[in-house]
Amino acid sequence: MQYIVLIYGSEKGWSSMAKEGIEQMYAEYRKYSEDLAKAGVMRGGSELKPTSTATTVRVRGGKRQVTDGPFAETKEQLGGFYLIEVPNLEAALDWAAKCPSARDGSIEVRPLASGGPA
Amino acid sequence: MLTRAIDELVRREGPQVLAGLIRWSGDFDLAEEAFQVACAQALEAWPRRGLPRRPGAWLTTVARRRAVDLMRRRRPDVPLEPEMLELLELHGSPGAEYAEPGEPPEVEDDRLRLLFTVCHPALAPAAQVALALRTLCGLTTSEIARAHLEPEATTAQRMVRAKRKIAEAGIPFEVPAADRLSERLDGVLSTIYLVFNEGFSATEGESWIRPDLCAEAIRLGRLVVELLPDTPEAEGLLALMLLHDARRPSRTAADGTLVPLEEQDRTCWDRAGIIEGTAVLDRAVARGRAGPYQLQAAIAALHARAARPEDTDWPQIAALYGALLRTTPGPIVELNAAAAVAMAHGAEAGLAWMERLERSGALDGYHLLPASQADLLRRLGRTEEARAAYGRALALVRHPAERRFLERRLAELG
Repeated sequence: MQYIVLIYGSEKGWSSMAKEGIEQMYAEYRKYSEDLAKAGVMRGGSELKPTSTATTVRVRGGKRQVTDGPFAETKEQLGGFYLIEVPNLEAALDWAAKCPSARDGSIEVRPLASGGPA
Repeated sequence: MLTRAIDELVRREGPQVLAGLIRWSGDFDLAEEAFQVACAQALEAWPRRGLPRRPGAWLTTVARRRAVDLMRRRRPDVPLEPEMLELLELHGSPGAEYAEPGEPPEVEDDRLRLLFTVCHPALAPAAQVALALRTLCGLTTSEIARAHLEPEATTAQRMVRAKRKIAEAGIPFEVPAADRLSERLDGVLSTIYLVFNEGFSATEGESWIRPDLCAEAIRLGRLVVELLPDTPEAEGLLALMLLHDARRPSRTAADGTLVPLEEQDRTCWDRAGIIEGTAVLDRAVARGRAGPYQLQAAIAALHARAARPEDTDWPQIAALYGALLRTTPGPIVELNAAAAVAMAHGAEAGLAWMERLERSGALDGYHLLPASQADLLRRLGRTEEARAAYGRALALVRHPAERRFLERRLAELG
């Protein structure tokens, strides 16, 4: 099954982090991505730019409404994602728990509706 | 009479058969539907043809045939998995259900798999409990709904949602790997304890105690002990529930008011429950791996053993609370430890501890902190302070049975 691993964390904490802290975090993410690739479960993923770069669009009554920012204000923001393919939820949770941000943020794991693109 | 015996047999064999069907088909609803049909057929066929040698195998065979029928009808275009058909062949030849028994299937394993599947932490606790009682204990949806004081439709909906999540999120039908087992078992045990506690000091409903919920929790506790025999904490939990439950009859007065431990009529305590609980605890302790449930059960056993309140071994209880604080630190355990210290070493020592707890703010809004302080102040004859503490407790207490007790105590201060 394919699962998306959504990484939520505090952008404030991230932006106020010292340079060494950021470098160490990136090193941990590189290692994590390598581990996923080596295990053959990695199907994609990326870090995202901060929510300040986000734009939301809605079409209502045929008219486009474009607004600044993410859809909802929350304490933790979506900062990146991985797409992985593993046998079941237990395996997906094991990988999610190894994600560096699991220690200070939260990782949401959701199956893809079709079990993967056809 | 025969129908009753068959009914009993179906109830006993049912959960194993159902668990096997769920593993075989990977589909809860299909398995349950096929299982219902097999049970109905058993009630019809067994009185006429006599009991099969292996009733469980008989039920499994009939249910599998039915399940294959249902699958073919639902999706005629999808070919069945060869593995499934093979198993069907193996068990499905005419009259096979009356044949000599071969190797028994791994039914125990299936129930264990089912337990860990329905108690997966990815499911809401209430749904875990409902599914476990339905599939592993054979309770009906309406029985479960009644115990949880909710409409049957709500319980049914809860189970439908959980079954859908198991299928869609890919929760595996398996016993967790060795390195995850203890963590997952903790989750199973705490879910069971949650149900027991909700029954033992209900926060909702008219009665302060809801015996149905206690009975359900004990039933699940027994099942875990049966399925995982060498697990002292599972035994500890079962012992704890049995020992608490044995005191249940004396915990409320006729008008529903809470009766504190020292005023309870100890002749009402259920001796059989205490003997069983103590025996289960002894078995657990003999395994030499202590844990929080065993410690709490040991405390409950010391209370149960005391014929009169003054016979209670408070120093031993205070020591056990100390050990419990080391394994599971937390403000509520601390409050209990402080109350035990007060009984063992004097009310002042307990009060001082409770005052530290109050200053820490960790128990803000919890009525039992001022209620415990009030009780100690009352014992010390510090009436004015006791009255103020009862007032603070009454402002926070939710359940009417506890409220009536606190009001009574306050009135007794004069």
